[in-house]
This record gives sequence, C-alpha cells and structure tokens, in this order.
Amino acid sequence: MIARYQAIERILSHIQSNDLVVSTTGMISRELFSLDDRPGNFYMIGSMGLASAMGLGLAIQAPHQRIFVLEGDGSALMSLGTLPLIASEGPPNLVHVILDNEVYESTGGQASISSRFDLDQTATSAGYPWTRRVDGIEELESALMEATNASHLSLILVKVGIAPVEGIPRVTHTPEEIRDRFKTAVQP
Amino acid sequence: MDAHEFWAALKGRGLNFFSGVPDSTFQNAYNFMVEDPDIRYVPAVREDVALGIASATYFTGGLGGVIMQNSGVGNLVNPLTSFNLMYRIPAVLIVGWRGYGGPPNDAPEHWIMGAKTPEFFELMEVPYEILGPDDLEAALDRLLINIRGRSVPGALLVRSGVIT
Repeated sequence: MIARYQAIERILSHIQSNDLVVSTTGMISRELFSLDDRPGNFYMIGSMGLASAMGLGLAIQAPHQRIFVLEGDGSALMSLGTLPLIASEGPPNLVHVILDNEVYESTGGQASISSRFDLDQTATSAGYPWTRRVDGIEELESALMEATNASHLSLILVKVGIAPVEGIPRVTHTPEEIRDRFKTAVQP
Repeated sequence: MDAHEFWAALKGRGLNFFSGVPDSTFQNAYNFMVEDPDIRYVPAVREDVALGIASATYFTGGLGGVIMQNSGVGNLVNPLTSFNLMYRIPAVLIVGWRGYGGPPNDAPEHWIMGAKTPEFFELMEVPYEILGPDDLEAALDRLLINIRGRSVPGALLVRSGVIT
C-alpha cells in the first residue's frame, strides 16, 4: 500500500503548470502544501466535502484547464450526492482523486465506513465514464497516465496507508492569499 | 415583475452562471432561466453544493448565483463560515422566502425558518435585500454594492407572488 504523501507526490508529477488543484481540508491540503506550494493549488482549509463542488464549478467555467480534485474518503462520503452531479455534467477536464485511507486521519484516525463501501463502484454507478481503483504506485502511475491523456471525466480511488508525516506544517498563507494566488492561475 | 424582467436585470449586471435547488416561490422564473440560452445553470443536489459550484465563478472574474428555498439556508452554515466568509468569495443567493410572516402562511415546515430567515443572514453578517414588486433594479444595485464592496455572498429574499 502507498503512503498518501507518496501518492500526492506521484500525482504532482503528472500536474502541469497551468493545471488547477482543489484539495480538501486537513492533512491532504497540508501534504500538498509541503510538497509543492503552487498558485494553482486551492487549499480548501475548511468546508469539508465542498472541494468536489468547487472543482466541478471550475471545470465547467475554465474548460481549457485541467482540474484535479484531491479529497479523502471522509470528504467523498460527506458529499456523496456530488458524485452523480459531477457525472451528469461530465466535464472532460476533471480528474477526481479520492485518497482512501479508511479513516479520518486529520482528526486522530477514527474509522470511516469506506472499508465496507466501494467508492469507486459508487462512482461508476453514479455515471463516471472511467474509474480506477489502485493499490500500488505502479497502478497509480498508469491510471494517472490514462486519466491525463484522456478526454473524459475520470476518477481514481487510491487506497493509501495511514502514515502521518511528522511535523507536517499547516498551510501558512492566509485564506485571502490562497484565493488571490489561485485567481491568477485560473484562465477562463 | 415578470420572470423576463427579473432575469434581464440580473443578466444586465453580468450574472449568467447559476446553480441551485428549485423552489415554488419562483417556479415560473426557474423554468424561464433553465430555458435561457444566455444562462448556464447547474442543477445541484444541495444548497451548499450549489454555493461551492457558483463560487468558482469568482475565480473566472464573474459573480455566480445560487437559486434556493429558505429551508435550505441551514445547509449554507458550513460553506459560509469556513469558505465564502473566510476566503471572502462573493456570490448572489436568490432565496425563495417560504413561510413569510409565520403561521398561518404556508405549510408548518416553513413557519420557523420563515420567521428566522432575515435573522439568519444578520447572524452570518451576510447582506440581504427583500425584493419588493417595484424595486428590483434598486434592490439589486444595493445588494451588489454590498457584495462587491465586502467581497462576501449576499441574499435576495423573494416572497411568493413578487415574480410572476
């Protein structure tokens, strides 16, 4: 199983300079921030469950940019209804990544229900035209290659381990700085 | 005012991207909007999701709108407090005001929120205007000045019968 930090690092290696990333609250935003703090990253440091909605809004309104949504199993479960909504709109420039460690790691590792619930199958049922469930780094690599070369909406469920990064910093930018940097990176 | 007038005033002020959940208060206006080729509408599953989608418009240089019923304002608490008001991301909320004036107006499920709707927006420090039948242009301009000046969401409260 991959550590989430490594999975995010691998995802970043497929992200081009004008791609946009919307990351969910908690450790995922903190890990993204510490790996590659770029203006095109929107760290959604609050509002759990809302990253995929904002990603959808961006994908529709910035159709010439690729949008990555990075969220966890807890966040995806919280806004499960957004899956069929995204699928029904079907933006071809959206890559939806769920980093599934089966726990609420940011709040202390309490179990989520995702060990007993297949989020990738749910996405398929919701109408996503392409979904992959990956367990290893090589599978993640080939899923990312496929998703970023495709011209359709895609969802990658990455099963990741619980591997907290010691001393991981919080995002140090103020919310308004995050907003203003991100605005310069969006090209409608 | 009729639905055509209502949407012409919004489009005239640059609003052409909306997401939301329908309400019978402006049933006709909703149908009118969905058919309008100049408006991009995303039918959302919840009001918070609609606000997340419509907030993306800010990053493309515009101002997004949300269509909703006031029974859904509870779903806005989290995105308002830890997203829109924190990052200062503006949007226009067009809110059907069910249960206006409390009982016996409307159905029981609208009585409590009907009475509390303005207080909710005051508590959240979200500017709002109550749309009257004859003051659309002025109410919209006041609201948009507040929204743009403070860079926060603002609400237009619409009672039954105001938009025909």
